[in-house]
Parts: sequence; C-alpha cells; structure tokens
Amino acid sequence: MTERERVEQEDKRLAAEREKIARDGPKLKGAALEARLHAAWRRPPGIMGWLATVDHKEIGRRYIITALIFLALAGVLALLMRLQLARPDSNLISASRYNELFTMHGSTMMFLFAVPVMEGVAVFIIPLMLGTRSTAFPRLNAFSYFMYLFGGLMLWGAFVLNIAPDMGWFAYTPLSGPQFSPGKRADVWAQMITFTEVAALAAAVVLVTTILKTRAPGMTLARMPIFAWAMLVVGIMIIFSMPSVALASSFLISDRLVGTQFYNQAEHGDALLWQHLFWFFGHPEVYIIFLPATGFVSTIVETFCRRSIFAYPVVVLALISTGILAFGLWVHHMFATGLPRVGYSFYTAASMSVSIPTGLQIFCWLATMWDGRPRFQVPMLYVVAFIVTFVIGGLTGVIIAAVPLDLQLHDTYFIVAHFHYVLIGGAVFPLLGILTYWYPKITGRMMSERFGKISFWMVFLGFQLAFFPMHFSGLLGMPRRVYTYPAGLGLELPNMLSTIGAFVVALAVLIYVLNGVVSLYRGAIAPDNPWDSASLEWATSSPPPVYNFEHIPVVEGRAPLWDTEGDIPVISGLRVDEKEMLLTTVVSATPDLREPVPHASLWPFIAACAVGVFFVSSIFSPWAVVFGAIPSAIALTAWFWPKSLERHPEPVIA
Amino acid sequence: MMLRRGTAAAGVMLLLGGCAQYQHYQSIFGNAAVEGRDFNQLFVIFLVVCVIMYLAVIAFLFAGIARRRRSGDANVVEQGRQHDSDPLMRTGLVGWGAVIGVGLIALAIASFFADRSMAKAAGNEKLSITVTANQWWWDVTYNSADASKTLRTANELHLPVGVPVRIILRSNDVIHSFWVPSLTGKQDLIPGRQSDVTIVPTKVGIYRGQCAEFCGTQHAHMAFVVDVDSYPDFLKWWHHQLQPAPAPTTPLVQAGYNYVTGRQCAMCHNVSGTPASGQVGPDLTHLASRRTIAAGTLPMSKGNLYGWVEDPQSIKPGNHMPTIGLEPNDLHAVVAYLETLK
Repeated sequence: MTERERVEQEDKRLAAEREKIARDGPKLKGAALEARLHAAWRRPPGIMGWLATVDHKEIGRRYIITALIFLALAGVLALLMRLQLARPDSNLISASRYNELFTMHGSTMMFLFAVPVMEGVAVFIIPLMLGTRSTAFPRLNAFSYFMYLFGGLMLWGAFVLNIAPDMGWFAYTPLSGPQFSPGKRADVWAQMITFTEVAALAAAVVLVTTILKTRAPGMTLARMPIFAWAMLVVGIMIIFSMPSVALASSFLISDRLVGTQFYNQAEHGDALLWQHLFWFFGHPEVYIIFLPATGFVSTIVETFCRRSIFAYPVVVLALISTGILAFGLWVHHMFATGLPRVGYSFYTAASMSVSIPTGLQIFCWLATMWDGRPRFQVPMLYVVAFIVTFVIGGLTGVIIAAVPLDLQLHDTYFIVAHFHYVLIGGAVFPLLGILTYWYPKITGRMMSERFGKISFWMVFLGFQLAFFPMHFSGLLGMPRRVYTYPAGLGLELPNMLSTIGAFVVALAVLIYVLNGVVSLYRGAIAPDNPWDSASLEWATSSPPPVYNFEHIPVVEGRAPLWDTEGDIPVISGLRVDEKEMLLTTVVSATPDLREPVPHASLWPFIAACAVGVFFVSSIFSPWAVVFGAIPSAIALTAWFWPKSLERHPEPVIA
Repeated sequence: MMLRRGTAAAGVMLLLGGCAQYQHYQSIFGNAAVEGRDFNQLFVIFLVVCVIMYLAVIAFLFAGIARRRRSGDANVVEQGRQHDSDPLMRTGLVGWGAVIGVGLIALAIASFFADRSMAKAAGNEKLSITVTANQWWWDVTYNSADASKTLRTANELHLPVGVPVRIILRSNDVIHSFWVPSLTGKQDLIPGRQSDVTIVPTKVGIYRGQCAEFCGTQHAHMAFVVDVDSYPDFLKWWHHQLQPAPAPTTPLVQAGYNYVTGRQCAMCHNVSGTPASGQVGPDLTHLASRRTIAAGTLPMSKGNLYGWVEDPQSIKPGNHMPTIGLEPNDLHAVVAYLETLK
C-alpha cells in the first residue's frame, strides 16, 4: 500500500466517522435537535450536579444572587452607622464596633458586591449576547464563583465571631501592621483580598477569552455590543490591576505572619509603599465597577430609544481610553502625603483628563435619546437617574482633582458624598435598571412595572436625601470614619437628613427585592424579546435552554434583531451528541475551530475547598502554606488530568 | 469680573446656609489664613464651571426627553443609522469635547496657580512649632535654639495673627493627618518621615482642628484647638507657659501634688518644676489653662476633670490612659491639684 493510498483510505474512514457523528443542520432540527442538545448539555441532577455544574447561566445567577445578599448585608451595616451618626455625641454604637462596621461596609461593597455583581451579570449574559453556547474555560468559571463565595463567607464568619477587620477598607500600614493591629482582624481582611482577587482574575480570564474567541460568526469587533466592549476592557483592567493588590496584601500578611519588614520604616521598609501599591489597584477598581455600568447604560439607551448608539466608535474609544487613563491617577488619593509639587500638577491634570472620555460617552447617550424615541419604562428611568446623579459625582470629582481643593476636601464627608454619587449613581442605578431589563431573560417572567416605578422613585429621591447633605457635612469639617461628632459644628441637620434618606433607600431596595421575588411566581410570562431589543440574547427563549441556541446565529450588523425581519441566519454543523462550541477569529469573527466544552465536574469545587482551607489556615500559621499546598495540588492535578482522546480529530468546520 | 465673582461667592454662601451661624469654627470656608482666600476663589471658580456644565447636561437630557417623537418604530431605527453621519450631531460631539477640554485646561491652570500661590508663604517663617501625633492626641513643642525657651504643651496651638508659622509634623505611631479647616488643608503625619505646613493666620479667633486620617479606635476624638491671638496676647501666653507649675498652697492640693508626682501619673506625664517627668503622655504643666480635655473630647471644667481622671476608659474607650480606680480622697486631691495648673 502506497503512502497515497493509505492517506486516501484514512480520509474515507474519517469521512465515514463524520457521517456517524450527529450534527445540527437541515437534517436535524426542531424538537429532535432540542432533545439531543438537551441530553448532551444538561448537568447531572441533585446536589452533586448543583456543585459540579459548569453552565454559565447557573454560575452567573449564583454570582448575582450572592452579590445581592452581600449588598443587603453591607446596606444593613450602613443603616447601623447612619443610626449612630443621626445625632451628635451618640453612644448607640461603640467606637471599636463602629470601626468594624465601616470596614466591613466598604470591604463588602467593593470586593464582595460591586465587582462580583458586574462579573456575575457578564458571566450570565455575555455568551448569550455573543451568540455562543458557553463561556470559555467553564470549569475555571465555576472555581471562580466558589472562591468568591468562600472569601465572603470567611469575612462574614469573622464578623459573627467578633474578629472582623477594623482598620478601614484600604487598611493603611502601619495601622494594619503587626504592631498596631494585633490579633487576627487584619489577617482576615488580607486573606479576603486573596480570595476575591483569585476569583476576579479567574472571571476576568474567562470573560476576556469568551469575548475574543467565541463570538458568533460575523460579529466582528466593530459589530460587538457595547456591553461586551466594556467587559473586555474591564477584564483586561482586572488582569493588570489585581496583581498589585495581590502583592500588597501578600507583603502585609508576611509582615504580620513571618516578620518581614516591607512596610516598617524602622527597618528600612516604607509605609507609603502600601498606599502606592493599593491605589495602583484601587483607582482602576473604581472604573472596573463603573465601566460595566456604562455598558448597561448603552444597552438600555439603545433598546428604549430604538436607535443604535450614536457614534459607536467614540463610545468604544472612550471605554478603552478610560481603561488606560485609570492606571495613571492613583496618586490623587495621596495628595496629603506630601509628594513633590510637580507630581501634584501632573496627577491633577491626569485626573481631570479622565472626564473627557466620560463626557463624550454622556454626549453619545444624550444624542441617542435626542435622536431616538425614548420609552420611559423602569430600566430607562434608571438611566435618566444615572445621568442626573452620576454627573454630579463626576463634577465633584473634577473639584477634588485640584490639589488645593483636595487638601481641604480629602477624607471628609464631601468625599463620601462624591464616591457614593459615582458608585451608586454611576453603577448601582444602571445595575438596578439592567437587572429589571434582563430579569425576563434570566427568569422567564417580567417584573412588575408598577412596583418597579415605586421603588425607582424611592431609591432615587432617598439617595439624594441621604447623600446630597454629605457635601455640606464635609464642607463644615466632618472627617470620614468618625464614630461620632460634637454638637455645635452645624453637623446635626445634614446628618439627620442623611439618616432619613438612608432608610428611604433601604425601604426602596426592599420593595425592589420583593418585586423580584414575587415576580418569580406571579410575573407575566416573558416572550423571547419583551423589550424589542436588538442584541442576540433576545434571539433565544426566555429563559434560554441549557445549550443557549439551537443553531449558532450569524451576525451581519450591529443590531442583529433589528437588521433582520423574521428568523436570523444561522450556521450549522456543531455536534449535538457532545458539548461543543464554535470558536471564531479575534477580529473578524470568522469560524475558526470547533471546541469541545468540558462536562460538569466536582473538581473545581473540591479545588476551591482545598485552596480555601489553605488560605484560611494560613491566617493562623505560616506552615499552612506548606501543608495547604498539598491538597490544593492534588485537587488541581485531578482537575487537569489529561483525558484520553476517544474521538478522532476532525477537520476545521467548512 | 469682580462683580461676578462677588455674586458667585454670595451664591456659595447661600448654598452653605448654615455655615455663617457657626462662625467657621471648623468649616473650610473659615478663611482665617492667607491661603483661605486662594482656596475660596478657586472653589468658587470650580463650582461655577461645574454648575454650568451640569446645567448643560440636564438641559440636553430634558430637551431629548421633551422632543420624544411619535414616528413609527422602523423609521426610528432606519433614521438612526443615517443620522450617525449627520453633520449637526457630529459638530455637536466635537464641540462638546472641545468645551470639556478647554474647561478642564482652564481649571487645571487655575488650580496650578492657586497651588503655587499657597506655597509662597513657605520659607519666611518667624516661628517654628513641632507637632507630633500620637494615638490619639497631639504633642506640641514651640522650638527655640535656647532650651529654656522651648515650650511643650499638648492638644492646643496658640498662633500670633499675621506671623508666618512653620509647623513641623511627625508621628510616633501610625499615619495621622493635621487639619485645621479654617486655617489650612491637610498634611499627613507619617511615621519615619517629616513634613510641614506653613500658616499665616489673618483673623483672631478660636478654630478647631481634627485628625483626618483614620488612625484607630479613637480617631473621632483626636481634635485640637487653635487659638489665634494678637501678637501681645500671644507673647503673654507664651511667657506664662514657659513658667514651671505653681507650688501647692493648700493641704488638699499638696495631697494631689503628692499623688500626681509620686504615683502612676508621673510614669507618663510631665509637670515642669516637679519630679513628674513622664514623656509618653500629654504635658500637664498648664493643663487647666487649656480649653479642652483629652484632645478635644471634653470642654475643660472641674466636673469633666473629675469624670476624666476617674474613668478615662468610659469617656474615650480604648485610649492609652488606664482607669486606675482612684480612692475618692485621692480623686478630690488630684483634681484640686490639676485645677491649679493654670
């Protein structure tokens, strides 16, 4: 047998094999296709299946619900603090307890709510939006969720056991160091950082790869939904900024645990090193929270104005330039530390310049509304509230970028007002809007419009009542993080108003949550595309089947569901007896490879448990690093154990 | 120009409603030092620019809402596509970007000049004071080349009006921040580093300062008083403070003297002219002349002295002065002695 004959024979045999493999296509569609896809994609039943699932929709839902629970917990802490501050010289809460409250509030909001909830929404919706069946690295995705959950449980477990951190969410050394924070409180905080940074890095890798490699054929970068652009930028920002805080918190732990001297001035360490490392992460962190929210706003504005976003390239470039500029601003958190004056001027200019891309984005949204036909349903109301509120926060941001003004306003309630306007107005309002918007896709039912509007108006007005007076508390000289303040400084009225406003917001959030829970059972059944939106997540049923799409859609424009009348074009040829997804090229999204998708597996969960035990026990002994590495290594080895290749390698899809 | 600035300033004052009635005791609009004028001007400039920008955004937003058109859906989608190259909207976008850019450059320049103007006072100071921050009180030393003229006090600064004063800032433990809103912006006190601020007070008055960087349990109770006096009043105060503590005159005061100088108190506190020479707590030599007790926690009064000496841990929980459980007789004596430390 000649070589040529042998190759021909092999080709024939492979062709025959391929014939036997079930594919979607003209011969296989409708109920028969659904049944086979369902059989291939469903996870095992029961608690084991629940722990083992790698379905991005289940993981995304868990992420969102867990993050909302942490939001509620941190909100309760905020109410306790507002009760204490309602009156001057109040003795309701002790100084040390109050310090725990604001540390827990800040840490929970930043690390356990804001970043994870954005990742959770993205993990749920991005594959649907891109027209694919799964995220990249689905097991890593599951691991990410469990790491996040364990980090949150550890922090709140410590709070219940009365060893909660009490040195503020940015844990400045030397206050957080071994000399001034004896006990385990600061270690708990630092290890919570380790958990959440592992989780966030894993989620970022999953999202970036998903966005770059799994888009539907034809969805070039220039046709990608703005939200996907936002998450791409955010994923890359997480990958660049998280290592900085990882380094900072590891230095802190080793200072505390094994006697290194990274932050100890007396031994030629440097207390300011912490601030540089922390804010090099901490400032991008703010944009890691804010940019997904701008993606929400673009999504809502497009749908509810029935107009594609005005000046799409400008919006995308604004996202990218914000992501880059965010890394050049960290020093504006440190103006009072006494740096050289030339440095001051540089960082003032850099801090101000970040408002240019944001200002352009705002113009694009307003122009879209101007040119479109806005419908004021609940998600759109949140966008209006976002603009009215966030712009105030942005402008106070310009004010505190000026060094002479910042030296007065820094660390006062003016700053507290500023960042709550930016983070609640800029991120939570769009989040509440987008959760209402995607609720039918997530649950299959609509939320009540009536209760949605009631809670909207309460949350909006309550927010202004709670946070606008804080500008005045700050101007009147009230510093942040004080558990009480003396009478006679003019602080009584603004603080009382803030407390009342905080309770209005809490009530509004309660109504929002109840609306969400009741609508699960009582809400109107949602059609596939209830809002008449343009992007691909609305091309499948609500809620989507476990395999997302029967056939992979093909995209020919920026607004697929508006561009086509009736059925959108699809591509066929993926296996239906095995989990398989289509990979496309990075820029032009032409079909590239068929990629097998991992099955449900318990190993990510077991690995997360092993790593979790390792992290928690290393709070108490450095030897945990040695012994904890063993089960972690075993779990990871089992997770990555090479599978024997049963199928024949197949050619690239035609 | 002056008129407009005046109107804007009036607007700010109106906005801040409550400030005036509290006489800027701890308000950043206190304007009681040279740099206050620069600060107020700069703040007004920023505020005016920001309010204009905000109104522009809101006007555009509500114009867009009011314009909402009733044409058919498909039409809107189609028009939207064509309008992306609409010259009017493109011009609008470019113009908007230009306005933001120009506005920011103007603000950055204003900020730059204010910063340099505020820095000008440094370098020609007539008086040098070292403030050392501790958890949770302020150690104050009036420096002098002559050791006998070096004055140590705590939690209270006296400054002569119109005289540039350089305040050298140090920390003994964690990071604190020195802040007297009416007189000067913040400057951090970082262990192992030395920084300074220069103040030229312009108005006689009493101002409150407070630690502005979270520094642990009692961060909220780490305040101090700044008393800006006329120059003669300042000199009088200074000469008086240089005197050692007066000798006890009555048996009760003598008993208090014995306790303070012979028992636990002297381990930490210094009383000049007596054997009490502890250095880790606030200097007590002229304690009773100060306006507050325990770094601004309580106003100075006999009742508050009783409360503080008897149980400092219930008044300022977590602070480093222990509750030692004085017998009633000792307590009476100690307070009587402390009251003589004028």
